[in-house]
Amino acid sequence: MAATASSTGDLPKKIWATALMWLMVAVYGVPVLWFLLSSFKPAGELFSYPLTIFPKNPTIKGFTQAWTSFDVAQYFVNTLIVAVSATVLTIVASAACGYALAKYTNWWIKAFAVCILATTMLPGEVILAPLFLVVRDLGMYNSLAAVVVPSVITATGTFMFRQFFLTVPNDLLEAARIDGAGELQTLWRIMLPLSRPIMLTLAIFSFQWRWNDYIWPLVVLNDPSKYTLQIGVATIVGAENVNWSVLLGASVLSMIPLVALYLVFQKYVMSADIGAGLKD
Amino acid sequence: MRRLWPERRLNRYTAAPLALISINLLLLVTFFVWPAVTGLLYSFTSYTGIGTAPYVGMDNYQRLLQDDAFYAALVRTLVFTAGVVPLTLVLSLSTAVLLVTNYTKGKSVARIIFFLPWLISPIIAGVIWRWMFGENFGLVNYIITSLGGSEVPWQSNANLSMLVVIVAAAWGGTAFNMLLFVAALKNVPTAYYEAASLDGAGGWAKFRHITLPAIAPTTFIVVLLSVLGSMKEYALIQAINGGGPGTANNLLVQYIYTKGFQRAQIGYASAASFVLMLILMVIALVQLALNRRKDS
Repeated sequence: MAATASSTGDLPKKIWATALMWLMVAVYGVPVLWFLLSSFKPAGELFSYPLTIFPKNPTIKGFTQAWTSFDVAQYFVNTLIVAVSATVLTIVASAACGYALAKYTNWWIKAFAVCILATTMLPGEVILAPLFLVVRDLGMYNSLAAVVVPSVITATGTFMFRQFFLTVPNDLLEAARIDGAGELQTLWRIMLPLSRPIMLTLAIFSFQWRWNDYIWPLVVLNDPSKYTLQIGVATIVGAENVNWSVLLGASVLSMIPLVALYLVFQKYVMSADIGAGLKD
Repeated sequence: MRRLWPERRLNRYTAAPLALISINLLLLVTFFVWPAVTGLLYSFTSYTGIGTAPYVGMDNYQRLLQDDAFYAALVRTLVFTAGVVPLTLVLSLSTAVLLVTNYTKGKSVARIIFFLPWLISPIIAGVIWRWMFGENFGLVNYIITSLGGSEVPWQSNANLSMLVVIVAAAWGGTAFNMLLFVAALKNVPTAYYEAASLDGAGGWAKFRHITLPAIAPTTFIVVLLSVLGSMKEYALIQAINGGGPGTANNLLVQYIYTKGFQRAQIGYASAASFVLMLILMVIALVQLALNRRKDS
């Protein structure tokens, strides 16, 4: 009874709040929607006044042209290689290290945890030039490995796993030891399967970080056949006369994998128990 | 007593944890410690990336502190940060509140739309906003001229193009911070609100005196991350206007990139990098100190 009384009294509030929310939805959605609709317009229609919301003669020429004659297909493959391999390696390194930080109490493990945290104070942008020299001296310049390898270590991923493994009771570990399981075997057989949600969350974050990376790939990749999508798109933007038809097509294509991934794994992103350091 | 026993047992294991941290240990040494140390050393040399690295003492730092372009980039970066951070804070908190409150309808769709910008890279976000704010082809100017106004120079006026970048950055930065706020808002105990309602507190009073204090730790994190992130902005502004018009909106990272990689002044760029790092650390420490004082 109280509930019905309050809900009728709240009606104006509900209308206002819902209206405000949808206004905000428009603010966030319209730029993307306008961009999407424009990408289906033929080149001649893009700049012809009066502008129309919907394309009069919808075409996918921008996409096909970007895909074939502007090497977007190649950039796509490169980015996919980078994002997938970096994600797999990040999960392996973070899970192993996070587990060690959570379940062993040696003094040097604790010191190492502090070192990992300290890396967040030293982001790639700050040590761009010397980091480039290190990668060059290791002979990785102009290879996709140069993009992948330095990005495998992340404080965020490591601490996501550490926080999770802290919640796993030590009894489980003790029981495995009494049964004679080796340490690594315990991690592989018991702990990793338990941490599946964390693995998926970190996988999506890591994939997003690497897919959208710009400045680091730009610094270490020189050969256009090695470019990632972000560099490729930036090259089209940086041209003397921007070819908007191709630019719109290439941009929309480059967004598809992440949007698809998000729609499938939405709950792992939205319910992610994200701690402080989660922004690489 | 109960705690001592497992800890002493765990301490007997050394090889396993060492193997487990080995990948990260190797990467930490190679890609953080090594470049940090060599970078510091290079910043006292006139190294160009090849040949020898002649020691020049504090020369790079002195030149940096006398370089007008460096100050211009620093000021522009601070202006950008001062614009983006409050805007991002307000937008991410309000979207989060709208997604948590019982008063709104259609949350599941709204949540996806609000989150969409997180999936879009800074480069593509830059392209999207460049397309919206094109001077003689953009939707925004088209609407303005249709309503009888005159074309606004979004690209050729330095302050207006900075405004576009700020709006785009806030648009792109909302989603992640919104996620943090949603989690924080859901953790505020409902009993507080019920007690306040009994005392006759209105919606705004409840928000100010219960919600805001309860989510203060998250607000602190959001502000800190946004400030540090904005100070390092590069990709977004590159796609919107390349730091233009001219060099009017070159930010610090672009300054470092230009010096280090286009002019091959590795030593000088390293010095600039360390100044940037120092600025970031000072900002982080000041915010930590302010937060402590507020707590006590």
